[in-house]
Amino acid sequence: MTSSEHSSAPEFNSRLERRRAFSTIFKNSCAILSWLCIGVLGFLLVHIFSSGWEWISFDFIKNAPSRMPHKAGLFSALMGTIWIIVTTAAIAIPVGVSSALYLEEYAKKNRLNSFIEINISNLAGVPSIVYGILGLTLFVRFMKLGPSVLSGALTLSLLILPVIIIASREAIKAVPNSIRLSAFALGATQFQTVFHHVLPAAMPGIMTGVILALSRAIGETAPILMVGAVAYVSRAPHGIMDGFTALPIQIYNWAREAKVEFEGLAAGGIIVLLLVLFMMNSVAILIRNKTQKAQS
Amino acid sequence: MTPVDEAKKTSEKELMNKRPKSTKPESKISSGDKENDLRNAELKGEGVVISYGSDQAVKGVDIAFPSNKITAVIGPSGCGKSTLLRAFNRMNDFILGAKVEGSLMYKDMDLYDKNIDPVEVRLRIGMVFQKPNPFPKTIFKNIAWAPQINGYTGDIAELVETSLKRAALWNEVSDRLHDSALGLSGGQQQRLCIARSLAMKPEVLLMDEPCSALDPVSTSHIEDLMLELKEQYTIVIVTHNMQQAARVSDYTAFMDSGNLVEFDETSTIFTNPKEQRTEDYVSGRFG
Amino acid sequence: MTEVVAATFRQKTKKSKLIEEGVRCGIFLCALASVLTTFGIILVLAKEAIPFFREVSLVDFLFGTKWNALILPRSFGVLPLLMGTMLIVIGAGLIALPVGLASAIYLSEFASQRVRKTVKPVLEILAGIPTVVYGYFALTGITPILKSFNDEIPVFNALSASIVVAVMILPMVASLCDDALKAVPRSLRDGGYALGSTKTEVSLKIVVPAALSGIVASFVLAFSRAIGETMAVTLAAGGTPKMTLNPLESIQTMTAYIVQVATGDIEHGSISYHSLYAVGGLLFLITLAANLLSYKILKKYREEYE
Repeated sequence: MTSSEHSSAPEFNSRLERRRAFSTIFKNSCAILSWLCIGVLGFLLVHIFSSGWEWISFDFIKNAPSRMPHKAGLFSALMGTIWIIVTTAAIAIPVGVSSALYLEEYAKKNRLNSFIEINISNLAGVPSIVYGILGLTLFVRFMKLGPSVLSGALTLSLLILPVIIIASREAIKAVPNSIRLSAFALGATQFQTVFHHVLPAAMPGIMTGVILALSRAIGETAPILMVGAVAYVSRAPHGIMDGFTALPIQIYNWAREAKVEFEGLAAGGIIVLLLVLFMMNSVAILIRNKTQKAQS
Repeated sequence: MTPVDEAKKTSEKELMNKRPKSTKPESKISSGDKENDLRNAELKGEGVVISYGSDQAVKGVDIAFPSNKITAVIGPSGCGKSTLLRAFNRMNDFILGAKVEGSLMYKDMDLYDKNIDPVEVRLRIGMVFQKPNPFPKTIFKNIAWAPQINGYTGDIAELVETSLKRAALWNEVSDRLHDSALGLSGGQQQRLCIARSLAMKPEVLLMDEPCSALDPVSTSHIEDLMLELKEQYTIVIVTHNMQQAARVSDYTAFMDSGNLVEFDETSTIFTNPKEQRTEDYVSGRFG
Repeated sequence: MTEVVAATFRQKTKKSKLIEEGVRCGIFLCALASVLTTFGIILVLAKEAIPFFREVSLVDFLFGTKWNALILPRSFGVLPLLMGTMLIVIGAGLIALPVGLASAIYLSEFASQRVRKTVKPVLEILAGIPTVVYGYFALTGITPILKSFNDEIPVFNALSASIVVAVMILPMVASLCDDALKAVPRSLRDGGYALGSTKTEVSLKIVVPAALSGIVASFVLAFSRAIGETMAVTLAAGGTPKMTLNPLESIQTMTAYIVQVATGDIEHGSISYHSLYAVGGLLFLITLAANLLSYKILKKYREEYE
């Protein structure tokens, strides 16, 4: 049954060789395009590391930003980022996880709750700069919190809230119903069931989602640029009402400078940022893998 | 009632009257025929071993499917009958880790020869699946798709009509060929899938439990269809339903745990099997 | 004895009922936070844009072709900004949508598990890189390459921003299309194969059409994401709003303009300041419309396979 004999009834002009060849070409083209993505990532990383590696040093981490490239450092930016992220976490995690618990464990199917759900999906798609506008107007000006760590944290919290809620809901949904039922059967109230049984069971999934949301927040520039840029700050914050700068903002500022050295500094800053993100994501993945193994 | 509904009702009534009262199959084949049929069988397998990874699903089967006859393959769940069937049109190629050994031949050609394109195999050996799987396209497109891809040189509309008539579906859908196939009932969808396979003019039709997802009326439609089709096609049907095997098939193969236990004329298998295991299975003692 | 027991139980119920209600209210309020956020956004944008629209008519804003917000003589036609955004978005789409779809087809239809295990994490990493990094990459990595082809190309140009935004939305397209393709049931592919067709034919003519609603929805979502992209275009595309279709020129997007006003020395309360909200409002509405469209497409045209 080679293609020289007719492989099917005579009415068909199957041209199998041609179709087979086309199939292979198509498959290979798609493969090339996929591997292209890996190539781009490689190019990006190589480019950044080659520019920035020489700038990485202890001084780099220790110093404050400066007009002179060789004296410039990340310290204020790092501290700013840490202050903001910790504050953001303190706000967003309780609110986000509570919202998820409400929607999954308490809410009945009524119009208000559907409305809440729709809102969350919509908010997940709003550009981060719109959150920046909201933060600038509401927190910095209207609530007179000024360009402070608190304003920045509140803004970022609103930004990552939908992410935390969606991820937490998934984690809570994944808790087997049998746990709830057995708790109820033993006479537990809803509060006890949810907070003593469901929440701990969902915790690994929630933590993974939270870490990923926070790592997204660390990289966000536009919202905190809007909030904090009203004041130019070069020192590390000492309280949540202080002005701040942050890692991505510092990178942005350096990238805009004309002097060539600042290009390298920016790359150095990016390396630090990517390392932080890498560590956070690895922790999240580790947690996810550990729980998957424990469950199977 | 629309004409289509009326037609359906009448055909249902006719079926009820046509059904033979006893399930005992009549002896259709004499033993001399059997020798001939086996000798001239074009689709056969020797020493077929099929494994998924380290798991052996089919453990060395020698079988021949007589041409222009219906062969039923029966056996308990997991005995390997579907796996064996799928080997004959190389559908196992899509299962990760599946390995087919032995020689599977059609018209003295090795189906697994390195030079043979599996697509060619499937052009001559068609398959109908357990659950009807029409494409989410129109009825017309479902049937016309494969012929068009394969460069059908004749009139497509005619081909669609012929195939639907052969599958006994034409009367029910002739006025809505361009409606979605997903709007058909389960039985109609399965007949559509049969029409779709027939449109490619295969020589062999493999049917993997084609009626198990259908109601009794649709099932009997399809069984009647099979009896008509066997004049032109070689049909192999895997089935769980022993009554069905007894009703439609000329030959029956009984498999258990990956082995072919017995192969014989259907009447023999069901009334006078040679193996004790076969006897136990057909009398319902297990499986 | 029983009285003691009964009393303990009764007390417990009263206290726990209070906790129950308290907790319920508390977390309900948290859930409301999201609703409040939406209202907050709409309120803020509307309230601050009103002073702008008292001076500039809606028609002039939406259809004017000159955007000169910061220097006299001022004009506030948003089309240059809109066009700048669209130039980048369409440019990015022309790259990312086909490549993303092709990658998704490769990963779901052809690739082995091993390849999937390598490529999918790479896509996730690409998706997680902050946009400011992409902006830097466009400025220092892509533009020099473009310049090596043609030295006339300015440092700020739309093309390098488009390329980089394409890389940013590509993982999203690939991932969502992969999900859509994987959702097509196996039996449909089997039916196609059994009729004598090649893998590519089944992929392109059966699986992709069946998954079309998911694919289109992913395109619209990627489009929405590209529109809202800020840092990469701010760094790479420039700050000169103009009506042009030439990707080799420097332009300004809506998002970049918003950053410029917010970080610049614009007098608070001036019309230039309020123009920020008008542009922001337009941006919000466009992305909202795109997100709703994508949701509707998914809902309305989702193929039923059964």
